[in-house]
Amino acid sequence: MTPALSCHGLRRSFGALRAVDDVDLTVEPGSRHALIGPNGAGKSTVFRLLSGRMRPDAGTVRLADRDVTRLSEVARCRLGMSQTLQHASLFASLTAAETVALAVRRHGPAGGGARIAPWPRRQPDVDARIAELLADVGLADVAARPVPALSHGERKQLEVALALACAPTVLMLDEPAAGMSPAESARLLALLDDLPRDVTVLFVEHDLDLVFDLADRVTVLHLGRVLHSGTPDEVRASDAVREAYLGTARREELFTS
Amino acid sequence: MTDVSRPAGVTDNVVGGTAPVAEPGRRRSPLTIAVVTVVVLVLAAAPLFLAPFATTTLTRLLLFGLLAVSLDLLVGVTGLPSLGHAAYFGAGAYAAGWVSVHVTAAIPVPLLAGAAMGAVAAAATGWVAVRSAGVYFLMLTLAIGEILAQLAQSWDSVTGGANGLSGIPAARLGGEPLLNAGYLYWYVLVVGLVAFALVWLLARSPFGAALRGIRDNEPRMRAIGYPTVVYKYAAFVAAGTVAGAAGSLLAAQQRLVTPSDLGFTTAALVLLAVVIGGAGTLWGPVVGAAVVILVRDALGPGLGGHGELLLGIVFVLVVYLLPRGAAGLAGLRPFRRRRP
Repeated sequence: MTPALSCHGLRRSFGALRAVDDVDLTVEPGSRHALIGPNGAGKSTVFRLLSGRMRPDAGTVRLADRDVTRLSEVARCRLGMSQTLQHASLFASLTAAETVALAVRRHGPAGGGARIAPWPRRQPDVDARIAELLADVGLADVAARPVPALSHGERKQLEVALALACAPTVLMLDEPAAGMSPAESARLLALLDDLPRDVTVLFVEHDLDLVFDLADRVTVLHLGRVLHSGTPDEVRASDAVREAYLGTARREELFTS
Repeated sequence: MTDVSRPAGVTDNVVGGTAPVAEPGRRRSPLTIAVVTVVVLVLAAAPLFLAPFATTTLTRLLLFGLLAVSLDLLVGVTGLPSLGHAAYFGAGAYAAGWVSVHVTAAIPVPLLAGAAMGAVAAAATGWVAVRSAGVYFLMLTLAIGEILAQLAQSWDSVTGGANGLSGIPAARLGGEPLLNAGYLYWYVLVVGLVAFALVWLLARSPFGAALRGIRDNEPRMRAIGYPTVVYKYAAFVAAGTVAGAAGSLLAAQQRLVTPSDLGFTTAALVLLAVVIGGAGTLWGPVVGAAVVILVRDALGPGLGGHGELLLGIVFVLVVYLLPRGAAGLAGLRPFRRRRP
């Protein structure tokens, strides 16, 4: 089967630092693929290279069976790649509903893209889709609230709604649960679990409980290289992974929850 | 690296506290509709009660206000502060003047020529400018404006050089020249209102919402699939078109176009008007333009040429007392809007 998203020989240096060094990654369609690793492992850089925000020095990125290495972030988004950013990056003068509206209008209420009209128009199907998305992430009550008045957790939820509004085939989440309360984090888990299986999810996360609850594949990065890639159980059992996280092969049970 | 979890709900009680200034796109209240109706009626009736000189000042105020509205589409809505916007105003004025002299002064030919010239000039120069942002955009637009001003200065055969393009005939409607200051005022008012309505609709449209998204967070807009440079370019050309239309009104009113009309001073004054009036509200900059024109043209001569000084003082006061410009005063209205 063609992977939903894959990269081969991905490389990116910052000066003398090889932040990403010859990374191969294969994300199967419909999988919930986690990208983990200690600080400085290159997770965020891999993410930026995949999303197109940053260009690789070498290597290729494929979205389904298409080489997107040379395509911009905008083009990749239109082809079905959608992302949330690690630090909620939203629109200070818009409300929650207006924020989601931007993406829904761009990608169409049923996906497939839409025209952005230069005159005001009523779009009941767009409004319905916005309400649905906000309800899905648990923001129905604060739809009319300006973004600066939302709590940190609510902004992260809004990020997810915004990414889902792009009708993605591959949803990329950079630390979606960072800074969320346990209740918000549980809600996010339920939401991602309920996503239809034709949406592939690739996520970076520090909360290993969330990783092992959600992921069916885990790739561990360390110092810009892929240390291990496999099922959650294999990763849990790997001594190399344990060493990367703790510095030595200590016997503490790192992944017990 | 991971953020410390903040308790949810800490900021929840700010709702209804500081409601942001109404932007295009929010619901209109009956009060707003009443105010708009009264303002339009007063403007329409003004020449019946004013002396010709006052009517002429009001005419200049309106066309300058339209220029400020077009600039606000860039500055306030899209977040692109331009210091060269007068170039498109001037280009439109020269085109309208040239068409009036050499072809016909019949309305709406000079108006369309001015708008088209503004659009062409903006389309030709905007692609370079919109690929930059912030201070670089400011500097690039300044440079473009100066280049066009130099062109107007030196292209004698078409623009009349430093003497300006003079001898522009009065605009004609149905074969009759609009020599009366009141009729000319009504022409400017009608064009101004229609153009304002078009800009307003554009700002309220999904396209306008995308422009505000670009103003707030351009990288995020790209990440959700908007080719932002194309949107900024479209906004730039639209703003240039409206500025060109305003320029054609200048040609009809002044019946003389000089290089200073598209120079730095004019560009800076419009930007000043937008800031004084309140960027992003579209109607605020009209108020700002009124303040600028009144202080400079009406009060200035009485102060022995120190109008610019007074304008500077007004600007400092506005920045300190009304950070959102004159439009911020609307936030103090007695009937607070209920939020859904």
